[in-house]
Amino acid sequence: MADEEDELPETELSYDQKKEIAKWFLLNAPAGEINYVAKDLKAVLSDEEVYNEAAMEAFPVYNKSHMICLEMPNRAGDVIVSSYSEITENEYLDPRTAQVAIVDHVQQICTKVRPADDEELASSYIEEFRCALDAEIQRYVSESYPKGVSAVNCVKGKDVDGPGMDFEFVVIITARKLSPQNFCNGSWRSVWNIDFQDESQMLDIKGKLQVGAHYFEEGNVELDAKKEFQDSTIFQSADDCAIAIANIIRHHETEYLAALEVAYSKLPDNTFKDLRRKLPVTRTLFPWQNTLQFSLTREVEKELGLGNVESLEKKPFANNLVHLVPKAITHTSADKYLDFRKVQKSSDAGNRTRVSWVKARYPNRWTTSELLNDQTQHSKTTNLSRPWLIQLLNVSTGLKAAQNLPPHLCITLEIMNETLDLKKKKTGKDKTIKRRRIREGIKDSVSFRIALLSSSRRSLSLSD
Amino acid sequence: MEAALGLLRRMPPKQSETALSALLSLLPQHSSDLLSQVDLPLQVLRDAESRKDFILCEYNRDADSYRSPWSNKYHPPLEDALYPSSELRKLEVEANDIFAIYRDQYYEGGISSVYMWEDDNEGFVACFLIKKDGSKSGHGRRGCLEEGAWDAIHVIQVGPEEEEMAQYCLTSTIMLSLTTDDEPSGKFGLSGSIRRQMKMELAVAEGHLCNMGRMIEELEGKLRNSLDQVYFGKTREMVCTLRPPAEIVQMRLPDS
Repeated sequence: MADEEDELPETELSYDQKKEIAKWFLLNAPAGEINYVAKDLKAVLSDEEVYNEAAMEAFPVYNKSHMICLEMPNRAGDVIVSSYSEITENEYLDPRTAQVAIVDHVQQICTKVRPADDEELASSYIEEFRCALDAEIQRYVSESYPKGVSAVNCVKGKDVDGPGMDFEFVVIITARKLSPQNFCNGSWRSVWNIDFQDESQMLDIKGKLQVGAHYFEEGNVELDAKKEFQDSTIFQSADDCAIAIANIIRHHETEYLAALEVAYSKLPDNTFKDLRRKLPVTRTLFPWQNTLQFSLTREVEKELGLGNVESLEKKPFANNLVHLVPKAITHTSADKYLDFRKVQKSSDAGNRTRVSWVKARYPNRWTTSELLNDQTQHSKTTNLSRPWLIQLLNVSTGLKAAQNLPPHLCITLEIMNETLDLKKKKTGKDKTIKRRRIREGIKDSVSFRIALLSSSRRSLSLSD
Repeated sequence: MEAALGLLRRMPPKQSETALSALLSLLPQHSSDLLSQVDLPLQVLRDAESRKDFILCEYNRDADSYRSPWSNKYHPPLEDALYPSSELRKLEVEANDIFAIYRDQYYEGGISSVYMWEDDNEGFVACFLIKKDGSKSGHGRRGCLEEGAWDAIHVIQVGPEEEEMAQYCLTSTIMLSLTTDDEPSGKFGLSGSIRRQMKMELAVAEGHLCNMGRMIEELEGKLRNSLDQVYFGKTREMVCTLRPPAEIVQMRLPDS
């Protein structure tokens, strides 16, 4: 008994906590999905009271922030539920028809309509401006938005009777597309604050755009885009003001849409690449079967005593090998390479093709043959460590110096040295030996170097 | 329980953690089910011994300690903990190395871990995890993303080997979120999670790793493409429906 009592306070949430959680879920529902969320929430909570209370508090906030528009009963049009048109929590003013709608938030319908009182409406001077602006905005909205609704509310200076005082309007444009059967919902909310300043005779326009879309077929993807604008124009007569403001709004929104399109088109190639490429730099799938090749590279690094494992993660493999090169790279080994290059060109067709491919595609990259020819000027991209590339090639001779290598590495080096050995000309017998060894599954020296260089090429690629 | 999963599907993907913890506190009796079915963005711990990061998940956890794949030790240290068999551990080490290279080639950064453990019916289960932070301050190479995160969880169940063939069942979950913040397009954020399954029967001739690796590569590619084209494409379509771009608007004007 004592255990149960001890357990209960821990696992059982208080009434308030449950209410807070329920409210959080309701408020974070995407556009148009609050009813589905409400249904699921009811099932999860299995407590009517908590749900009802949470709903009473959460629904109005949700409705206002999403600026839903409700149809008024006498077919007079739609009223936008927003904090700018709020009179009391359940009453919202529709300035166009000069009526106040009484809404039920939880049900999301408009229950009653009554004509607005004089205090709730603006003075006739203000009304002139408001009306002209409203008409212009309505025209713009019906042109550009298939399902848009707009409203112009006066939030400051409602009772201004004539010129000489500042007042402020808020233009709200909302559009929603809900198709739950296609698992897709979207909403567009734009709020423009227009400040009519009397002294400077200027109109200060500030806009805030919020676009959201939610697609949830077999997954859950959400778009959330926001943008803020700032602009100004001169204070003119009511009609001219209206036209100017509408033009500004139209201009900004079109520009924003174009920018969104650009962002979306850049997405697959550039933006997404920062997260994951479509294919590796080699433009082929990862060679899982050649795991031997990779374990070789890793073994080489391990054997040569790379203490700092961390650096392996950040730098490409070849870079790490630089540290291992014995400092005394004698001139004889460099000579060997110079001569080797002459032999190499005639006999190793595979390497030659690769060199020409590299040269054609990346004219600024170092190629093996150029590196070997130490006389090449430093005219190519100098942020690439040409010295370490040379050192990398020298590693093959350097490695030989380390006697205590595992057997498979020794064999590899043997083959490498065979190809490097200039005294022997490539006879038919040599080629057979080479072919046989390849067949035996031992790494070919050239492809080993290609593997090393391709991982280095990845670090060389500047803007892939 | 279904209601809980439905709720999670609708919440913004960026806030899935908060949503899950809220649900766990509301439904404590379903907590094990919820935790196993829902995936959260991965967390990382540093293995001081091998000086590498490893990813934390349910599969390398025992009580409150997590086992590092690099050193096979629990952090913080734990006695009487579960370890994979030595054979499986060898496979795990190899898998970690190769997967790290795969991750380097595709993700140019990020952290990966592989965990394996024995199954009840003579097979084993392997779990491949990748976490990448593609933002400007993280591993992002091109500096487009203000904030970007990719978490991939691949769980492969390998059946027992029969006549040179084995059954592989792969379940992949990818969670990603990216935000760009430019001048013209303002703050543009996309986030989502997607889960798929794939079953294959392959010959074990080249080794389990080869088969598992290929399956993961294929499914990851498919998921990336579908996220990109289908999912993000749908949101783009939605925006265009809400407010068609200027050209279409002009086409309609002559009619009216």
